[in-house]
Amino acid sequence: MDIFLGYVKAFAIGGLVCMIAQILINKTKMTSARILVLFLLVGVFLELVGVFKYIENFAGAGITIPITGFGSTIVKGAKEGAKIGLFEALTYGFRNMAAGLTAAIFFGFIFALIFKSHSKKV
Amino acid sequence: MEDKQYIEYVHANAQKSAHVMTLVWAFLVGGVICCIGQGFGDIFALVLPDWEKSKIAALVSMTMIFLGAFLTGVGVYDKLGAKAGGGSIVPITGFANSVASPAMEFNKEGIVLGMMAKMFVVAGPIIVAGTVSSVVSGLIYWIVGLFN
Repeated sequence: MDIFLGYVKAFAIGGLVCMIAQILINKTKMTSARILVLFLLVGVFLELVGVFKYIENFAGAGITIPITGFGSTIVKGAKEGAKIGLFEALTYGFRNMAAGLTAAIFFGFIFALIFKSHSKKV
Repeated sequence: MEDKQYIEYVHANAQKSAHVMTLVWAFLVGGVICCIGQGFGDIFALVLPDWEKSKIAALVSMTMIFLGAFLTGVGVYDKLGAKAGGGSIVPITGFANSVASPAMEFNKEGIVLGMMAKMFVVAGPIIVAGTVSSVVSGLIYWIVGLFN
């Protein structure tokens, strides 16, 4: 039952985050790049002020699967690094981006090679 | 009501309901994608009990990015995006789509200057924003740490 409730929460909060994005798109005609940057920075901010973990405890994947989760992992890395030294403080944030970036670039590359573009020919 | 007024009334209402429908779609699709992520998290935690939580989370991200890139490749994700809008953009699968989609699109302009370069049309700003915030937040934590 607890697990089921976790999915309901993830669905509700994840859906809500995406709906806020859609409201911004409808009202301001923001492009997807701007939306993604904005929500990444929201995640960074929420992690910096220490609120993110409370939302994560409640919503689980509802807040970590949206790009806000990517922002949060970056700050978590920086925080961990700062305990060791200045060099680590400046570089461990990027280190936490490694998994996502590697996957996106590698799979983007592979699938672009395999599949032809489906968008309309210009 | 006069004809012209009525047409305006219908038009305004139609726009309103179209607006509401995009929100409903964004909510549903975004929610479902997050639940899929939650599902992978639960499965990985079960299969890989000795992995720490952050590593599981990274693996979930990578899996979702794989799926996002694959569904972009087979042409499903962009169709979904036309309907779901924010629901397909904001999840990490949307980030994968923002890399894979221009990569495929510009493949015809050559591998190096087409695909590899244009891959970052949308993802570039995200990487820059992420990198800058990683340095800034690292600096903040380091400075705060000096006084503790």
